[in-house]
Amino acid sequence: MAISIKDVEHIAWLARLALTHEEKEKFAGQLSNILEHAGKISELNLKNVAPTSHAVPVSNVFRDDVSGPCLEQDEALANAPKREDGGFVVPKIVGEPAAM
Amino acid sequence: MTLYNQTIAELHKKLVAREVSSEEITRDVLERVKDVEQELKAYLTLTEEAALAAARTVDAKIAAGEKIGPLAGIPVAVKDVMSTKGVRTTCASKILENYVPVYTATAVKKLLGDGAVMIGKTNMDEFAMGSSTENSGFNPTMNPWDIERVPGGSSGGSAAAVAAGEAIYALGSDTGGSIRQPAALCGVVGMKPTYGLVSRYGLVAFASSLDQIGPFTKDVTDCAIVLKALVGHDPADSTSLEYEAEEYVEALQRDVKGMRFGVPKEFMEEGVEPGVKQRFEEAIELFAKLGVEVDETTLPHVDYALSAYYIIAPAEASSNLARFDGVRYGLRVEGEDMIDTYMKTRAAGFGDEVKRRIMLGTYALSAGYYEAYYGQAQKVRTLVAQDFEEAFKKFDGIISPTSPTVAFKIGEKVADPLAMYLSDIFTIPVNLGGFPGISVPCGLSDGLPVGLQIIGPTFGEGIILNAAYAFEQALGFKERPSL
Repeated sequence: MAISIKDVEHIAWLARLALTHEEKEKFAGQLSNILEHAGKISELNLKNVAPTSHAVPVSNVFRDDVSGPCLEQDEALANAPKREDGGFVVPKIVGEPAAM
Repeated sequence: MTLYNQTIAELHKKLVAREVSSEEITRDVLERVKDVEQELKAYLTLTEEAALAAARTVDAKIAAGEKIGPLAGIPVAVKDVMSTKGVRTTCASKILENYVPVYTATAVKKLLGDGAVMIGKTNMDEFAMGSSTENSGFNPTMNPWDIERVPGGSSGGSAAAVAAGEAIYALGSDTGGSIRQPAALCGVVGMKPTYGLVSRYGLVAFASSLDQIGPFTKDVTDCAIVLKALVGHDPADSTSLEYEAEEYVEALQRDVKGMRFGVPKEFMEEGVEPGVKQRFEEAIELFAKLGVEVDETTLPHVDYALSAYYIIAPAEASSNLARFDGVRYGLRVEGEDMIDTYMKTRAAGFGDEVKRRIMLGTYALSAGYYEAYYGQAQKVRTLVAQDFEEAFKKFDGIISPTSPTVAFKIGEKVADPLAMYLSDIFTIPVNLGGFPGISVPCGLSDGLPVGLQIIGPTFGEGIILNAAYAFEQALGFKERPSL
C-alpha cells in the first residue's frame, strides 16, 4: 500500500495535524512501509470470524442515576490554557473553515 | 548499610523490626538517585519533599505501635502516564509539559493509601508509544547495564530506576509489551496482569482495549506483593472486573512439579538472537529439572498479531488523543481560528512517533479503509486469542523469550519504525488476548540481561507467578548492573 503525499495531507487534515513538507515526505514513506506489513492480514480468509473489540467481554455497565462527588469548577479549569468567567476561552468557532 | 538495593519483602521486615526507618530507606534511595541520575535520566519529576513527609508518617505509625502493610514506607517510582494530583504528569510529551492533574489514578491511590512513598515520575516513550524510551519528548533514558544502550520501552524509566536502585519498585503500563520488554532489557521482573484486573482510571489512555498497569520489581516475591495491592474493582473504570484477588504470595510456594508449558514453534522461527535463544533453551532445561514438562505448541495466527496490533492500537490512539486540542488542558498554539489552533497545537505538541501513530490510526478508521484495516484487524484479534485459548487447554502456560534481542544501542532503530515495532513481537499477542504475562530474568548474553516470558490464561496470575518464582529460585540470578 503506497501512501502518497496527497494521502498524507488528507489523513493529517482528518487528524488535525499541521505538517511541514519534510514531514509529509518522511511520513509517506514510513506509513507505506508499515501499512505494507499490516496489509499481511488481508491474506487471511476472515469471512466467518467475529470481530473482537475487547479482550474481556464486559457489557452494559450501569450505575444508579444519582449524582456523586465531582470536580469543582475551579479544578476543572485549573489546567486551561485560557479561562474567563468560569469557562474555557476558545478562538472563534462559527464562520468559514480554515483552508485545508 | 545500603538499602536501595534491597527488596520490598526485606525492607518490610526491617521496618517492622525497627532496624531501619522509612526515612532512612527513602534518604538512601534519594541519595542513590543523586549518584546515578545524571547518567541514567530515569526520572522526569522528583518528589523528594513529599516522599520524606510520607516516610515520616509511616515512621510515626510504627513508633505508635500500629500495624503496617507490606508496602508502607517503601519507595516507589511511577511512570509519568499515571495521573498524580498536584504532581506534574507529562506522558513525556511537550503537549502536557505543564499539566498538573487534579486527581490521582486509582492504582497510584491504592499504593499511597497503603503508605507507599512516591519518589517521582519516570520517563517513557511519549504517550507510551515506543520500545526504547527514545521517543520521550524530553530526553532518552539509559540502560544501567550499559549506558550506551536503551532500557527498552515504553516504561523504560521505571525499569531503569528499579534496576539501578533508584526506587525499590515501580509502576508501568503495558499496551503491547511496555512493562515486560523493558523489564527483560534491564534485568528485573515485570508483569502485565489480565486486562481489567487493575483499574485504568487516571491512566492516560493510549489504546484503551489493550492498556494495563502492572509492577516492576527486583524479584518475583515483590511482584506478587505489589500485584495484590493493585488488584480490585473500580467503579470509575467500566472495564475493571469484579474479581477477588488471589493470595499471590502464598501461590509462590506451590509445587510446580507436573506443570506443563508450551513453546510456540512460530516464536522460535522468528529472528531470535543466538545469545537469547541459548538462555531460553537453558531455561527450558531448568524447568525440566523442576519437573515441569515443556513441549512444542502452535499459535497458528500469531504471525498476524503484530500487523493487527499496529492497526488496532493506533486506531484507538487516534481517537483517544483527539482530546489534546489546546482547549481544556495542555499546550495551546493560537491559530487564525479554532481548527487552525487545533492543527498548530497538535503539530507543536506531539513528537514524530505519536504523529505517525495518530495518522496510521486515522487512516485505518477512515472512509473506504475501515473494513479492510480496522474491521479485519479485529477479526484477527479473535483468531489470535482463540489460538491461546486452544493452547491453554493443553498447557498451564506458554513460555518464550520476552524480547528477541538484548538491549540495543541508543539510536540504532530510531530511523526505522518497523524495526522498532518488531522488538515487541513476543509480547504484543498477549495484549490482544488480554492474558497475563510476566518477564523474569533468565541470565545474561554478552553481559546484558535476557528475559523469560511466562504467559498464563485469563486470571492465571497465580500460575505464572508460581512458575516464575520456582524458576527464579532454581536459577539464582544475582547479578546486578555495575553502575
